[in-house]
Amino acid sequence: MGIGEDRPRVDGLDKLRGAAAYVDDLRVEGVLHGATVRTPAARGRITRIHFDPGIPWNEYVIVDHRDVPGKNHVASIETDQPALVETEFRHKYEPVLLLAHRSPAALRKGVQGVRLEYEPLPAVEDPLAGLTSDRIQHGPDNVFKRIDIRKGDVNAAFARAAHVIEGEYRTGAQEHAYIEPQGMLATSGPDGVTVRGSMQCPYYVLKSLCAALGRSEREVRVIQTATGGAFGGKEDYPSVIAIHAALLALKAGAPVKIIYDRQEDMAATTKRHPSWVRHRTAIDEAGRLIGVEIEVVMDAGAYVTLSPVVLSRGVLHALGPYACENVHIHGEARLTNSPPYGAFRGFGAPQTLFALERHMDAIARRLGLDPAEFRRRNLLRDGDRMATGQVYRDGVDLTRLMDDALEHAAYAQRREEFKRFNASHPYLRRGIAQATFMHGAGFTGSGETMLASEVWVEGHADGTVEVLTANTEMGQGAFTVLAQVAVDTLGVKNEQVKVAVPDTHRVPNSGPTVASRTTMVVGKLVERACLDLAAVVDGVAGRSFSEKIRAWHQAHPGERLVGRAKYKTPPEIHWDDATYQGDAYPCYAWATYVATVEVDLRTYGVQVTDFVASQEVGRVINPTLARGQIQGGVAQAIGWAILENVVLKDGAMANTQFANYIIPTSNDLPPIRVFFEEQPTPYGPGGAKGIGELPMDGPAPAVINAVCDALQTSIHEIPLTPERLMEHLDGADHD
Amino acid sequence: MTDLDLSFTLNGKPVRLHVRPDARLLDVLRYDCGCTGTKEGCGEGECGACTVLLDGLPVNSCLVPAFQVAGRSVETVEAVAPEVTGPLNRTGTAQCGACSPGIVVMTRWLREHPEVLQDATLRQFMSGNLCRCTGYDSVISGVASVLDPKETAGGEGTSA
Repeated sequence: MGIGEDRPRVDGLDKLRGAAAYVDDLRVEGVLHGATVRTPAARGRITRIHFDPGIPWNEYVIVDHRDVPGKNHVASIETDQPALVETEFRHKYEPVLLLAHRSPAALRKGVQGVRLEYEPLPAVEDPLAGLTSDRIQHGPDNVFKRIDIRKGDVNAAFARAAHVIEGEYRTGAQEHAYIEPQGMLATSGPDGVTVRGSMQCPYYVLKSLCAALGRSEREVRVIQTATGGAFGGKEDYPSVIAIHAALLALKAGAPVKIIYDRQEDMAATTKRHPSWVRHRTAIDEAGRLIGVEIEVVMDAGAYVTLSPVVLSRGVLHALGPYACENVHIHGEARLTNSPPYGAFRGFGAPQTLFALERHMDAIARRLGLDPAEFRRRNLLRDGDRMATGQVYRDGVDLTRLMDDALEHAAYAQRREEFKRFNASHPYLRRGIAQATFMHGAGFTGSGETMLASEVWVEGHADGTVEVLTANTEMGQGAFTVLAQVAVDTLGVKNEQVKVAVPDTHRVPNSGPTVASRTTMVVGKLVERACLDLAAVVDGVAGRSFSEKIRAWHQAHPGERLVGRAKYKTPPEIHWDDATYQGDAYPCYAWATYVATVEVDLRTYGVQVTDFVASQEVGRVINPTLARGQIQGGVAQAIGWAILENVVLKDGAMANTQFANYIIPTSNDLPPIRVFFEEQPTPYGPGGAKGIGELPMDGPAPAVINAVCDALQTSIHEIPLTPERLMEHLDGADHD
Repeated sequence: MTDLDLSFTLNGKPVRLHVRPDARLLDVLRYDCGCTGTKEGCGEGECGACTVLLDGLPVNSCLVPAFQVAGRSVETVEAVAPEVTGPLNRTGTAQCGACSPGIVVMTRWLREHPEVLQDATLRQFMSGNLCRCTGYDSVISGVASVLDPKETAGGEGTSA
């Protein structure tokens, strides 16, 4: 057993008992508390820093940009984001000064006692607005990244089209709202600097710490603590807090803990990129897509951070699971003076798939076709080429997958039933609709090749096996799943395998915990490292694998017994970064989600009353964990679609509380009914594909399509709050 | 500000401390008493991660001034029996775990007061505990299986 076993998660009981140690649960003798003084406006130049003379500043440790021993930047794809502002700043809540004090109460007074005087500079609020020269802050035009994907002859296709249908779609920012806010604890000693905290990617944190502190990887150590949710929000921002905590600890000569409270976390950390997508589609007499033009603009915020790769995943998913021979997709990530938008589950794909799947329903309505029938005519079939020329050969029958999902949701019956209901009810309207989509697993394009991830599996002298990776448990179940892969591959008992807590002095760099890559890519490396280990002890005498390990150690005292695996690009995978042609992802997970909604015309409230999530994900390694990933992603995406409204003021989030940023409660959601189809892929352990992000992609278009079905209208923007729906219905042509 | 003397019962044992007059119960539990199982998710009574029982009633400990618990009884997640946590673990109630202690405390309270469910569904009752990981199906089925051990794990929202 192992793969396929419905094993309770290995970290579950500790978490339920309150025994799991998150960063703010660590007790450290003599710890100081750290806090951040932030910029008060969207863009400007600091002219003076005023310290309240009534505060005993000699009790405080104060750090500014002059205390950065290495490079004053947060090393990411680029190095444009400063660790601490020197003079000019590009967004509200940018860090300028760091304070530390033994008393949290005194620390709060200190932060309030610093006033920044500044000269304002013209800011960019809207990435679609025209630029004036005094607003240019990056390159010639504030564009961080441009991507162009071309196939066939789009102009010729539009010239012979029976129908040309256009649409513009917008999505709003989204806050991750992990329940544990961000935090880091730094200590410095003769061995170097150690940072512990809540994070997804220990080696990202390590890289940025080494750059800012001017130290080598041997002098800096990063250890993950139990992480209370992340969803991409703890992919890049933890590097900022880690640098800050380390700077304070170095200056103080004492351990320093920085723990954000909810309001600071929402105000200062990353969000999902707001997007604008325009579709122009040529369709022939038979209802087939013959030409597609898609333009994508993502609001990247004030620094480059991860936006180029978010844009990349966005444009690569923009045509979804459909076949079309003539395609032009153009994407841009543009600067605005907002806190940088960052990684968030789905990573650009939910935005472009919202536009696509809304547009597919809009087209079907214009053509007078059932949206399912219109999709049936256009879904990829074996041998079809996707937008980048990648040949579709997953062997998944997408039409059958879609039809099965519709069957689970009683789509045909409900459509008839709702027609009658809507015609007679005074104020309730019911609708049912779907989204069909996919999510590429693993890093985009040549990403995995460049990462060259490495995994070790160590056999210890007591006969146990330890899986050593840099991949973090943040709630998604990585530790349990990776253990199951090792148990399955080695044929040992569950109790004999443990997964190491990521610690950059102990584990190899197996890459970041992002991009739906841990189960599939890292899991495959765990499988291979286990086989490598098994080969070493192959000839050793022993009745069980544990006995063989013990016997090996007896014969090799003091030596380590380690199986290793390093990522190798499969020879059949080809990708060209220059032309954006080739295999964008080694494989995809495929899905159709069906939402049933009820709209109350008195309150303009939308209630999702049933949700079917049906997907093909390769082999399911742990049914309960996999189902939990899907249900959680669906809930988060329903929130994005109808509840979660980031209100921007001076480019930054103004509603930084759970009281006014509304995420779904148990009472806002129906049971989410999950169905898996399993077609093993050669790229994952036991045939598993990545699934973490998939469920974020489909629910928003499915729910909004269902609202459009209920109200016989076309909605182009989310979040669809009651206020927005009211304005839409007051001003809309009901088509 | 002068510290106050504070005595109360924590998980059945007497506690005596000096606390600031403006100290929150949440911080006293976490940093003075070492009960770090109780989590801060929002600090304003919205998320329920800091739920504890005060004289047997669930409260958000971030909203309770510590001095108000003088002479009273406080119970935290650390005092909850395995009969509650075991079934919750089997349905996948905990993912990241940050909301879990609050959910565990509420589940324990519901187990002791099943009569309140005559007027509310489990989904309504648990709506004061925000969870960002599970979509709530595994939470609701977990709580249901604690309340009725005959109920098989899985329950609503599970198919295929």
